[in-house]
Amino acid sequence: MRKELISDATLVSSYIEGDESSLEILIKRHKQRIYSFIYSKVYDRDVAEDVFQDTFIKVIRTLKLGKYNEEGKFLPWVMRIAHNLVIDHFRKNNRMPKFQNSGDFSIFSVLSDSSLNAEKAIIKEQVEEDVRRLIEELPEDQKEVLVMRMYQDMSFKEISERTGVSINTALGRMRYALINMRKVIEKHNIILTN
Amino acid sequence: MAKIYSENSKMNKKMIPKDETINFVLNYSKALSVISYKNLKFEALLN
Repeated sequence: MRKELISDATLVSSYIEGDESSLEILIKRHKQRIYSFIYSKVYDRDVAEDVFQDTFIKVIRTLKLGKYNEEGKFLPWVMRIAHNLVIDHFRKNNRMPKFQNSGDFSIFSVLSDSSLNAEKAIIKEQVEEDVRRLIEELPEDQKEVLVMRMYQDMSFKEISERTGVSINTALGRMRYALINMRKVIEKHNIILTN
Repeated sequence: MAKIYSENSKMNKKMIPKDETINFVLNYSKALSVISYKNLKFEALLN
């Protein structure tokens, strides 16, 4: 009961002088008003807890660094800090909006893990192997152009320089390579999809 | 007898922070010490 009679200003002074228990009294005295104020702005328990915590971290640092001036009253000063931190919170959230699961819609239904699972990885390997075997069946000139273009990522200009044929010839060989491969795929009903 | 359909507002409940939050703040305060050297002030978190 006696503690309630001590003014905020006295508690702040004794806290600055090193009496940690004064801070406890101050927090217990004002926690409800400060927390309610924060909650009334953010409407989220967890965010309110965070802002409340950050508010007092700022209060503690300011008091311990001796930057607090006893011009105003303690509570309005703390409320002002809380208010500024609430504004900071909304600014931060505008830049990086938080997606909250609302129950009927889950963000994980639209987000998926793009890495292949074991089965799909095996299928991918088999498909790539089949394609390599198809390429092996092509005539040498067509195979050469296709490998340079698709596996070595060369331009048709580079291919024409390397093989000593015109760009048009290289393009034509590529075209026939694809046509021939499609023919073989259709003929043998090869499925090349994952 | 008149029925009251309105729900109690959330704000009517006692809004207080969790004990953990308060304990964290108090422990932070105990751990933080400010070391003054000439005109400079250094913060040290001794945890």
